Amino acid sequence: MKTFQKGGIHPPENKLTAAKQTEVLPLPVSVAIPVSQHIGAPATVIVNKGDSVKTGQVIAGSKGFVSVNIHSSVSGKVNKIDSIVDTTGYKQTAVFIDVEGDEWVDSVDRSDDIITDIKLSSEEIISRCQESGIVGLGGATFPSHVKLSVPSGKRCDLLIINGVECEPYLTADHRLMLEKGKEILVGISILMKALKIKRAQVGIENNKTDAIVHLKKLAASFEGIEICPLRVKYPQGAEKQLIKALTGREVPSGRLPIDVNVVVHNAGTAFAVYEAVQKNKPLIERVVTITGKTLANPGNYLVRIGTPVSLLIEKAGGLPDDTGKIISGGPMMGKALINTDIPVVKGMSGIILFPSSESDRMPSQPCIRCAKCVSVCPLGLEPYLLMLLAQKGLFEKAEEERITDCMECGSCSYTCPAGRPLLDYIRLGKSTVIKMARERVVK
Amino acid sequence: MSSTVIITVVSLSLIALICAVILYFIAQKFKVYEDPRIDQVEALLPGANCGGCGFAGCRNFAEAIVNAKEIEELNCPVGGASVILKIAEVLGKEAPVSEPKVAVLLCNGSPEHRPHTSKYTGVKDCRIAHNLYMGETDCSYGCMGLGDCVNACAFDAMYMNEETGLPVVIDDKCVACGACVKACPRNLLELRKKAKKDRKIYVACSNCDKGGPARRACKVACIGCGKCVKVCQFDAITLKNNLAYIDSFKCTFCRKCVSECPTGSILEINFPPRKPKVESRAETVSV
Repeated sequence: MKTFQKGGIHPPENKLTAAKQTEVLPLPVSVAIPVSQHIGAPATVIVNKGDSVKTGQVIAGSKGFVSVNIHSSVSGKVNKIDSIVDTTGYKQTAVFIDVEGDEWVDSVDRSDDIITDIKLSSEEIISRCQESGIVGLGGATFPSHVKLSVPSGKRCDLLIINGVECEPYLTADHRLMLEKGKEILVGISILMKALKIKRAQVGIENNKTDAIVHLKKLAASFEGIEICPLRVKYPQGAEKQLIKALTGREVPSGRLPIDVNVVVHNAGTAFAVYEAVQKNKPLIERVVTITGKTLANPGNYLVRIGTPVSLLIEKAGGLPDDTGKIISGGPMMGKALINTDIPVVKGMSGIILFPSSESDRMPSQPCIRCAKCVSVCPLGLEPYLLMLLAQKGLFEKAEEERITDCMECGSCSYTCPAGRPLLDYIRLGKSTVIKMARERVVK
Repeated sequence: MSSTVIITVVSLSLIALICAVILYFIAQKFKVYEDPRIDQVEALLPGANCGGCGFAGCRNFAEAIVNAKEIEELNCPVGGASVILKIAEVLGKEAPVSEPKVAVLLCNGSPEHRPHTSKYTGVKDCRIAHNLYMGETDCSYGCMGLGDCVNACAFDAMYMNEETGLPVVIDDKCVACGACVKACPRNLLELRKKAKKDRKIYVACSNCDKGGPARRACKVACIGCGKCVKVCQFDAITLKNNLAYIDSFKCTFCRKCVSECPTGSILEINFPPRKPKVESRAETVSV
């Protein structure tokens, strides 16, 4: 079975919610919808305090090419436009809406019928993605229409669908592939049409055999879609590692997948594209896994964007007393939340509650040059060196050592026997180097 | 036997002479002229190589000041005016009058004023915490208390106050090299004019949020009400981004703004007590 060669780790899978059917989370009393839920320019708010909005209505318009629309996920009245702490850990502008009923905009087709005929043209699909607020749902939230618009001079011959879900605990994509398999396959056909190509591969790790079998059966009636099981290894869900695993092509340092003629989209994104194109439904809800060993009732829930995380935790059995950290995203790459009022955003694939015994960090000890971090780095970097360079402020040298190639998978910190905060310092170095590079361009 | 000695001595002397002549011309051709004053100036400098002047070290500063037409722009914060005066004597130039400065922390968010809302267990490094999130309190502008500035200080002029969780500048030791200013990811340290008896009046806040959120996050936050701007007769106070700023070069220490501030974000330090009310405030500051 295929996998990528360089580095990688095997953290315990802990997929506690793999067999839990996705449930619809009841509507909250109020939502807070941040206007910046994607990489790129934040959307501009176009509603005012006191306005009545319907579910699916645009409340913030995209600003520029690398930006998408933000829609109201509920119907009701705009209470205020204020700032709220979101998953970035900083305050961001958000639209607060008090929920009144659930009245949808008329253009959305809310029936359960699966529409397989693709009527829109390639250009129409791409612009529909931006209008409907579609972003990469794997976690990076890069606007999907940008990836679908292949720049002139570049060629694309393969679409890869990321159903790997290599992070421990998370099962949102797994459940979606099981429950909405056919919709995802139609979504993939739509993406292929937008890219004007005839071939797509779906990469799924071998710990989701039920999803592999299910999709393989369904894919027989779809042209050009191949389901590829992959050997379990973290971080296979990273774009570059997945491309390497499936095709053997290696994306060069500092380049994009399109440079090796590939475009990668998440399985969740394929489903969102299906809904946007075939049902005219904007991205206003997503599947979120709420899990944790101490949680009474972990599960997968279909949640409206903007719902406070506290509601999700309540539904899953309430906050256990010994909770040390609440992580948004996977345990490897996710980020701790500072309170439970933080709204669910497009990029939130899971909420994991860790007891303090598990979340506390090991005391940091001196590096013994065992080079375990070097052997697990999937990008062939030298994490121990990058950490030291960032710690000492030698950012020019760190740039030469390709610190910007780091995708922050955390394999180095996970594997370090001395408990050194490798990734913390590498992140610092990376952000400083990126800032330096940007200043150079301005000059 | 004796002839061998003579031949050896003469031939070697000849070779030495020829080499000496060649070396003489080469030395003339590739001569590197260095202003002897650079060495003299370097000897006058403190030799801390702290980088406070903006150059990599004292030698680079000496080169720059010797080659500069006007020395007004160049200043050694560690040596201060006396060193610049001596350098000016060596160079035969007029010494600029530079004001001594001292580093001041523009935040007063001790736990008593600014309640903690989360707990940070990560790496004790302000830069990392700043990159990660807004901090342990609801103020995303204030001091995170992880001590990058204290670590950056090469003159032992700073320490962490365990009680307030804020760094403290020891005025007598501070040489205004600016290392702490550069180290702080939130730009909370400022080099302000050093006044008589180390007196200071400044807005101890950097919160640019509007009044409501700023006050909710911290009791002694500047809420940008502008009362101090109105009361100041010397145009020393400006209001920008919901934050008042007192220009230390214009301030005359009249202390009117201090009593006017509704939140107590303007601090007066090292002043004799004037009214019992102010005295109690000065106590809580205790620098």
